[in-house]
Amino acid sequence: MIATLCLVPLIGALCSALVGRRSDMAARQVAIAFALATLAVAIVATFRFDRSGSGFQETYSVDWISRIGVHLALGLDGMALLLILLTAALVPIVMLTALRSHTYGWFAWALALTSFALVVFSATDLFLFYVFFEATLIPAYFMIGGHGGPQRSFAALKFLMYQLGGGLVLLGGVIGFYAVQPDSPSYLLTDLQHADIGTVAGRWIFVAFFIGFAVKAPLFPFHTWLADTSESATPQTSVLLVCVLDKIGTFGMLRFCLGLLPEASAWATPVVVALCLISIVYGAFLAIGQDDLLRLIGLTSLSHFGFIALGIFVLTPTGGGSAEGASGAIIYMVNHGVATAAMFLVAAYLIERKGSASIRAIRGVERSAPVLAGLLLVAGLATAGLPGLSQFVSEILVIIGAFAYHWWVGAIAVTAVVLAAIYVLWMYQRTMTGPPDPVSVGGAATADLTRTEVAIVAPLMIALVLFGFYPAPLLDLANPVIAAVTR
Amino acid sequence: MNGFVSPHLEYSLLWPIFVVFGVACVGILVEAFAPRERRYATQVALTLIGLVIALVRVIIIGVDVTPRTVAEGALVVDGPGVFLWGVILVVAIAGVLLFAERQLDTGVSAFAGQAAALPGTAAERTAAQQGLDHTEVYPLLLFAVGGMMLFPVAGDLLMLFVALEVLSLPLYLLVGLARRRRLLSQEAALKYFLLGAFSSGFFIYGISLVYGYAGTMDLAGIGDVVQHGGANHGLLIAGMGLMAVGLLFKVGAVPFHSWTPDVYQGAPTAVTAWMSAATKVAAFGALLRLFVVAFGHDRLTWQPVMGAVAIATMLFGAAIAVVQTDVKRMLAYSAIAHTGFLLTGMIGFTAGDGDGTDATHAILFYLLAYSVATIGAFALVSVVRDSNGEATDFGKWTGLGKRSPLVAGLFTLFLFSMAGLPLTGGFIGKWEVFTVALRAGYWPVVVVAIAASIVSVFFYVRFVLLLFFTQAQKEVVTGGEGTTTAVVAVPAWGSIVVIGACALATVLLGVVPDPVLQLIENAGSFIR
Repeated sequence: MIATLCLVPLIGALCSALVGRRSDMAARQVAIAFALATLAVAIVATFRFDRSGSGFQETYSVDWISRIGVHLALGLDGMALLLILLTAALVPIVMLTALRSHTYGWFAWALALTSFALVVFSATDLFLFYVFFEATLIPAYFMIGGHGGPQRSFAALKFLMYQLGGGLVLLGGVIGFYAVQPDSPSYLLTDLQHADIGTVAGRWIFVAFFIGFAVKAPLFPFHTWLADTSESATPQTSVLLVCVLDKIGTFGMLRFCLGLLPEASAWATPVVVALCLISIVYGAFLAIGQDDLLRLIGLTSLSHFGFIALGIFVLTPTGGGSAEGASGAIIYMVNHGVATAAMFLVAAYLIERKGSASIRAIRGVERSAPVLAGLLLVAGLATAGLPGLSQFVSEILVIIGAFAYHWWVGAIAVTAVVLAAIYVLWMYQRTMTGPPDPVSVGGAATADLTRTEVAIVAPLMIALVLFGFYPAPLLDLANPVIAAVTR
Repeated sequence: MNGFVSPHLEYSLLWPIFVVFGVACVGILVEAFAPRERRYATQVALTLIGLVIALVRVIIIGVDVTPRTVAEGALVVDGPGVFLWGVILVVAIAGVLLFAERQLDTGVSAFAGQAAALPGTAAERTAAQQGLDHTEVYPLLLFAVGGMMLFPVAGDLLMLFVALEVLSLPLYLLVGLARRRRLLSQEAALKYFLLGAFSSGFFIYGISLVYGYAGTMDLAGIGDVVQHGGANHGLLIAGMGLMAVGLLFKVGAVPFHSWTPDVYQGAPTAVTAWMSAATKVAAFGALLRLFVVAFGHDRLTWQPVMGAVAIATMLFGAAIAVVQTDVKRMLAYSAIAHTGFLLTGMIGFTAGDGDGTDATHAILFYLLAYSVATIGAFALVSVVRDSNGEATDFGKWTGLGKRSPLVAGLFTLFLFSMAGLPLTGGFIGKWEVFTVALRAGYWPVVVVAIAASIVSVFFYVRFVLLLFFTQAQKEVVTGGEGTTTAVVAVPAWGSIVVIGACALATVLLGVVPDPVLQLIENAGSFIR
């Protein structure tokens, strides 16, 4: 089941690359078909998933490199399932919006990326996780470099350098895990949990892991690639990077840092929390100051990843041991994915119409394109954490967790809610309200969204509202994971 | 007087070496007696057949190898030695196929028509017009291969030196035989020869000091003396140091690396492809055997020094590669960085059982993974050409991905393997050497190695960017000539086979490394 899930997009990538030599458009359609097939498999997996069960389900394990204790081991728990569903659902939507503007190469790489990301989320072997963690960078690199703004080649280089740098530091930790097991080393998570790691070695490994994941997620001070990448890549690429790939960072923090190195995580919590708070506030301030719409959306994510990491680390004993915060962090990953994807894709519609991503150059869209403006507002308010929309639930849970750690940590985190309202509403005010600018880029009135365009992003909007009022299904999946980590 | 006692030779174990040397001698006779137009085909066929026969025999020996000393203790046949033989022969077969390439340059090989003709003279033009070809390169390659096979299995110091010279002399010649850019090639050959001769001097002086210390030439015997502590430790330290100079020169470690970029750039690309892999394999084999078997018990003396050399080599190679603008020079500096990574494995000597077995295994795997990547990369360099022959300037490669996605894609694969990205052989290799170094407790070296990896990733990735995402410079239209970008020439089947096999091996070593790891594991360790 789970192997099928990971293989379907990979086969799709190959098929699409082969078809693309004949007909570009047909290859793109083939890619979308495979993306939908992946979603179907993911949905089936969800129905087969036993929500009352504990530990990993649907496990699959064979020896891969037996000499160094590496297994092709896959399995699902609630967190993995949530992120897999997020990935599987976002990819077809993104592809539909990209249908006319991206070549088949992009589609093939996107499917390859999907496949690798699914392996990463379902890996229950550290080495396997690492291999695919790094492998996702190759498709991402070609997607950034192949489509986007004039600075994309620089952005692709910067992206890859940051990511590979972080990845190599992480490799140090992965090797460390091997080196501390004197006899019959194994990379299976179940074996690593019982491995006897000394305090000092554990802390060094933690530092390596945390740097690797903090570059990925990203957290301050490893975030500078994020703004350049989201500005220069196409919004569709950014969705896959920010909403899917970057989740690997926070996913890894919970699964590997807290799951395997609880002592070191507790030791590092104060520093990590400080970095999270800086990310939350600094990211929001940076977002307020941006003129480029895509850069703005990218930097809001810095703030949100700060929240997610904060929620994860308040779970440690020194962090107050708040399970609410950690559950909130897990569903935050999903909600942030949906809200930010919605934001990026609606922004993509807008930029396509206006030919510019500069907030100063866009004005008064509301009058001529009310649907577009409305959807941007909904997505933006979801990002800002408006009650009734999904991200609010996760944000409030994380803030509860933060208060359980220290009242002032919670207080600082809360300021971000205000700042978020500023960056969303001020952006909305400048671009959407007021009289249409007769000499704006694109000339005459902005055309509103077509029905197809609305239909493509509709699932995201529905999810925002649905999980805003009824987050229980998400929490049901997240809570057992937290219980397993704290045990 | 008992008269002359003939030495006892184990021919069954040694005949792969005899075949290689024998075919080389036959090749010389072919040069002397066969008519010129038949020499090329005869030499290529003869060389390939000889190498394949030797390889088959090596495989048969390797299936069930009992470690033992042979030829009166001059040679040692053991698992790692036989494995290295196999790698050297496979690399040599790839080398011959690349040497035989004549389709890229209007029907002539990449070697000078007449090496003795001065560049720019009438004699050179005549040689070129007649389509002359130096087919002596095949016997030269075989002699070098013979030396390379002897080098890692040498059981005493004298044999080690003889093997070093046998492998080096043909290489000096081969480097100077380029058909294009002959002055560059001859300059490289001269530099290589002078520095090489110099380092051989150090090496043999080191041998004499070690002999003075131990009173024996035998590696295992030296090991015994070192274990029990000889009379004059200073003599041993000086001897080890001088011998290390000779060997570190061959592998291109800092500060003995300065020949590498010039030689890699000046040599005919087919020679660069083959020697960048083969010399490294042979020399690391010898370095390992010497320091594991003979000096293993004095590791506390040499391990920190090796660590320092490894750090310097990695940082220097990676940092200088960043500012290169020539593909061959960039790969040369990357080769220096890889030497540093291999030395990182070497100082992992104390990992595991503490007898160097784990370090040996890690290095053997790394050598294999690096060999296939470097041969593939240089083979691809030779097919990217403009009107002046190979186009090695970065500017000429700009936007190659648009014009020839296959060549650019494969080149990217080899670069990614050298960068150590997962799902390529280079990743597993890096993992292996870093792991043994960390297990041996040399974590500062591993930290530097990771930093150097990040730097080296930068120049590989930047080059990939250049291939795929940078717009090609505008072509200067001057009657079809003098275009600023290169095109891909279609090579002969030999090169295609080599490139394809290297690509396949790079992927397989990354995706299913288990069989090869198992093979290396079965090879065991050097016998003492």
